[in-house]
Amino acid sequence: MKIITAIKQVPVRDSSVHIAAGAKWYDEGDLSFEINEPDAYALEEALLLKEKHGGEVIVLCAGPERASQTIREALAKGADRAIHLECDDLAGMDTLGVAHRLAAAAASEKPDLILTGLQSDDLGLGQTGVVMAEILGIPHATIVMEVKAEGNSIHVKRELEDGWFQWVEMPLPALLTIQSGISKLRYATLMGIKKAKTREVRRVAGASLAAATAPAISIERIYPPPKRKETQLIKGSPAEAATRMAEILKYEVRVI
Amino acid sequence: MNGVLVILEQRFRNGIPAWIGMSWEALAAGQELAANLGQPLMAAVAGDQLDRLKPDLASKKLAQAYVVHHPLLCRYTPDGFTAAHEELIRRLEPSYVLFPHTYRVRDFAPSLATRFGTVLIADVVGIHMEGGGPVFVRQLLQGKLNADYRHVAGGPCFVSVQAGAFRADALEAGTAPLETFEPALEASQIRTRPGEPFRQSAQTVDLSSAAVIVSVGRGIKEKENIPIVAEFAEALGAELAASRPICDNGWLPMERQVGSSGQTVSPKVYIAVGISGAIQHLVGMKGSKAVIAINKDENAPIFEVADYGIVGDLFEVVPALTAAVKKARSG
Repeated sequence: MKIITAIKQVPVRDSSVHIAAGAKWYDEGDLSFEINEPDAYALEEALLLKEKHGGEVIVLCAGPERASQTIREALAKGADRAIHLECDDLAGMDTLGVAHRLAAAAASEKPDLILTGLQSDDLGLGQTGVVMAEILGIPHATIVMEVKAEGNSIHVKRELEDGWFQWVEMPLPALLTIQSGISKLRYATLMGIKKAKTREVRRVAGASLAAATAPAISIERIYPPPKRKETQLIKGSPAEAATRMAEILKYEVRVI
Repeated sequence: MNGVLVILEQRFRNGIPAWIGMSWEALAAGQELAANLGQPLMAAVAGDQLDRLKPDLASKKLAQAYVVHHPLLCRYTPDGFTAAHEELIRRLEPSYVLFPHTYRVRDFAPSLATRFGTVLIADVVGIHMEGGGPVFVRQLLQGKLNADYRHVAGGPCFVSVQAGAFRADALEAGTAPLETFEPALEASQIRTRPGEPFRQSAQTVDLSSAAVIVSVGRGIKEKENIPIVAEFAEALGAELAASRPICDNGWLPMERQVGSSGQTVSPKVYIAVGISGAIQHLVGMKGSKAVIAINKDENAPIFEVADYGIVGDLFEVVPALTAAVKKARSG
């Protein structure tokens, strides 16, 4: 089975972010980046499927030069090779523009399956996978918790709301967006890290893949979220703050 | 192109169709937007055998309501729903299409928007008018930043509305003419075969009726540290709950998860320990009467909804709280 895993590099969770001049984006210069967490689970699922059914796992990532670190880490975990769509212009593109590039790169590989995370931790629009499937003309399923491949079709368990689930069957090739927590993430082994250095990373100029289209949606301004509540911050040592909080629980919230 | 079209959602449970509550929040957002734009408001619901839902639809203040009916829409499939809504939108040519931000909408609305050469502005928390047009507010970086989005292309603008962002009780009643719309669907268009929805296991923990909840997030770092928070919950007589990553890791059972994929709670007090406050978590607990946050990062989004907070190391603060609560109880 030939599997493409589309991954994105996002700011490290819990980074403190600063709004850039012009308030259209945030400063990236002082941030560290890592693989988008749901994409890490998509990669894990791809590696598990390969271990079970054989084949190849190809990592596909659109991003600037800094993304090569995240691509190396994916190779160290066991991906066979990678395609790095070198793009410095992502900030000016919308989901459709990025998905067109990813879809063009994926199409040239003729994969059986494309996996990606259900959403990104930075923009959180949750659409790139579905839009890629639409562009490629292949079926998809989102928020997937389990994958079983059988010949030319796959059965996937989708998460619905309120603790409900559903199995869906579809023919290959197909695209799945993977939910976080579908399995345990593996760590790269020392051997894996060594091997990763010899694995192929094909670099493709993003702009060469799909005609640039004007974005359909754009960010006008970013700003800190307004506070919905006035938070009373309890200061002091842990013991002092705890004593005051116990009083609040007893006399103000009245649950003691 | 004119008008605001709201796509409502229903689900078959035990053989009968039932409304999804978030539909009415999306409709409330639609009423407000249509009024601000001076455009007519329309609503549509897709499925099969939807007669039971018609009275609810006919009693809303709408210029026109549509029941999109086809036997192939009985069970949800992304292909069926995308094609049916595409046909409806091509006929009505609305300038805005609003959805509730449900799992189903996340599954098919991005394809639908792609067919119109645009991108769904997903998970919107607010809409306001600026310079004669609407600006859609959504969150970035798991709630750390807000962003104002505009639709800058021609054609309809697609927007999904986050749970709880608009109030269903603000909905205006009225009368709406009903029309049945029969899309030209064919079985060959539908590539996926959906199974019957099912529940994994009987839910034995009902957090929705708990008066006091202590909830734990990533800040706890390791499974071995969970007892620190469990002891605090026990001292307070509270139910123990968690954010999604804790349950994903198997540190607490899934049925203790609060958030969009877990339970929705509204206790007298919700104490969030080491929870940053991603949107998916907040939608599950923002109905709490009081919120207390304990977090080392004073900029964590959880403080936006907290009434009381302690900025500090939970490994120092929580044991101190357990002791203080025990003392307060005996005092």
